[in-house]
Amino acid sequence: MAEHTLEQAHAGAGHGHPKQSFFHKYLWSTDHKMIALQYTFTGMALAMIGAFMAYVFRMQLAFPGASVPGYGVVSPGEYNALVTNHGSIMIFWVAMPVLIAGFGNFLIPLMVGCDDMVFPRINRLSYQIFLLSALILLVSLFVPGGGFGGAWTAYPPLAAVAKYNLTPWGSILWLLAVALEFVAFLLGGINFITTAMNSRAPGMKAFDVPIVVWMIVVASLLFMASVGPLIAGAVMMMFDKTIGTGFFNPAKGGDPVLWQHLFWFFGHPEVYVVFLPAIGIVAEIITVFARKKMFGYKMVIYTTIATGVLSFFVWAHHQFVAGIDPRMANVFTVTTVLISIPVGEMLFVYIATLYGGSIRLATPMLWALAFIAEFLIGGVTGIYLGASGADIFFHDTYFVVAHFHYTFFPIAIIAVFAGLSYWFPKMFGRMMNDTLGKIHFWGTIIPFNFIFIPMFILGLAGEHRRIFDYTNFPELATPGLQALRITSTVALVVMLLFQFVFLINFIWSLRRGPKAGKNPWKANTLEWTTESPPPHGNWQEMPVVHRGPYEYSVPGHPTDYWPQNEPGEAHS
Amino acid sequence: MSDVKTIATQRSAMNIPTGRLAVWWVLVSEIVIFGGILASYTMHRMAHADWAEQAAHTNMWIGAFNTFVLLTSSLFAVLAHQAAEKGNGKKASRLLWMTIGGGAVFLTVKSFEWTGEIRHGFTIQSSGFWSYYYTAAGVHAFHVIAGMCLMAWVAGTAAKNQELHRVENVGIYWHFVDIVWIFLFPLLYIAK
Repeated sequence: MAEHTLEQAHAGAGHGHPKQSFFHKYLWSTDHKMIALQYTFTGMALAMIGAFMAYVFRMQLAFPGASVPGYGVVSPGEYNALVTNHGSIMIFWVAMPVLIAGFGNFLIPLMVGCDDMVFPRINRLSYQIFLLSALILLVSLFVPGGGFGGAWTAYPPLAAVAKYNLTPWGSILWLLAVALEFVAFLLGGINFITTAMNSRAPGMKAFDVPIVVWMIVVASLLFMASVGPLIAGAVMMMFDKTIGTGFFNPAKGGDPVLWQHLFWFFGHPEVYVVFLPAIGIVAEIITVFARKKMFGYKMVIYTTIATGVLSFFVWAHHQFVAGIDPRMANVFTVTTVLISIPVGEMLFVYIATLYGGSIRLATPMLWALAFIAEFLIGGVTGIYLGASGADIFFHDTYFVVAHFHYTFFPIAIIAVFAGLSYWFPKMFGRMMNDTLGKIHFWGTIIPFNFIFIPMFILGLAGEHRRIFDYTNFPELATPGLQALRITSTVALVVMLLFQFVFLINFIWSLRRGPKAGKNPWKANTLEWTTESPPPHGNWQEMPVVHRGPYEYSVPGHPTDYWPQNEPGEAHS
Repeated sequence: MSDVKTIATQRSAMNIPTGRLAVWWVLVSEIVIFGGILASYTMHRMAHADWAEQAAHTNMWIGAFNTFVLLTSSLFAVLAHQAAEKGNGKKASRLLWMTIGGGAVFLTVKSFEWTGEIRHGFTIQSSGFWSYYYTAAGVHAFHVIAGMCLMAWVAGTAAKNQELHRVENVGIYWHFVDIVWIFLFPLLYIAK
């Protein structure tokens, strides 16, 4: 095993890392753990900006025309910019960097047992391009005309013609930022897929890889295979905006619906791009805190792949009212309802994993269970919207807004808190406070439902999404409906205030939390076999894998967990 | 420190060299980019009978000559790979420079072709067809330039007999650029 000894030699050398300057350690690092933290912290900073935008436009909807504390009076144009950039930021600059790039960078090398990504410098470049895209987006909010206001879907002709969207600079910078962000995640995705495929520890077979890694890899594949047409579309849109082509302009022989196809061919797989890592995080937590083997590990993997394949055939359900052929709508109704089968199957598998386990309700587990419950509501209401007949009524109402927040909030917020509270000890070497964690959990989950359940009712009442002030619509300006809007806004403010509990817990635990040790949760996967936080090169001695990741409570084994790197016969 | 390769880079659990595996994933992402442009173009072309008349203004012979140039350059890329396999870095480097020369001829011909067309009033704003014509070929030309830069870099290291596996990887990329043109040529020039 010449290669093996070489690895040991290198691991030893890697550990004796020379002292680095602040710049090289925190800003110019090629270490996957540092890049993961860069992505995570950038994402969290942008989440605060995105949340502030939500606060401002929710205040406008609850108290139209009133001056919003901390912002001022909201003009119609600003309202559009706020809604557009809230959506763009939360998906492209929060969910993507934190879930895929943050957790992906941190977990993939640690979980497959290698020292870094296969291309560390490309990894660093990926973050730098991402940071540049975030800065361009932030700059776009302050250029003449203000931030882009054509919704995060950027439908032409509204988005393509400055005369309509009134944000000549904002729209160009927004498009540039999104395109750069895609490039960053393509580079990152190639790294993730190649690392997980090629750099697994000796002995680790494909079906010994933890579910979250599988899911991040499938998500990266989905992203890679779906974003191309939108990159092409972004080039075409940029030419439409700047040099006067007419790809999406009917007056010049173009077709605005073409953009919708290009956008949603990416946009719907994108939902699964962020959904899969989130539900992967939940899988890791559920097995650890139920002390039970994953029910149907392989079935989850196959289900993931089925979800990925199906997700390419559902995109036109976003376009039922866009003038597409009604026969096509039938096809897409069927595929859309079909995709709820694999997703529902995953949720059932998770519930089956819980059954008969010895469940510990620590903070990460609470978040994981909440993910299942809340995402279920999002999934079930999706069936209403996937049926083309019902969608004609629901389309562009607050029912849609409530529905996709019941999917995206569990993904981008609940699963992220689950993952952060679970891997915090590994990332920083200290435990978070469980009591504060639980206060933060309930202070987030309860208001969350009070924000969005009223929106389902408002949507059923016919409240259209893209209206900034309902007082001029007699049917929508009734005191009953306005009370629902105010409920939703008040719940949002309460939820945002409770986030300070998390912030305090996070900062306090970074400095004062009790030392975590190697494996505080008594988990099996490889990242828990090294120090917390892992040293440069991750292990003093590279691990060798002997079994799958979910061997909990194996009969006859002295402990109720059995780390993947411990030698011994596998019971299967 | 940055020159030290990580253990991750040296492993090969799939028995495919890491660099080659990554190049294939780059191609997957590139295929869907061009797939998006070409699918949009083809759908619109079928819906607009009048585009055929505009397409008749393109010069098929120039396109055919450029196809020939690119295919020849791909042959040099294959020969470079062969030389690299035999460990002859100097020869591989020389052949890569000939491939780059092919790319340069392609771009030169293209610039004369476009200049002529623009002089005749066929600009990117003229019509849907010309928008697609310049956009698709322009995005392709951008890839030609990127491939030439990459090959110049690889040729530099190969001349010192270092990192010879990169010769194959950059060759795979160059063949892809070539194949995209094989799709563009009939769609933009021949179909009338």
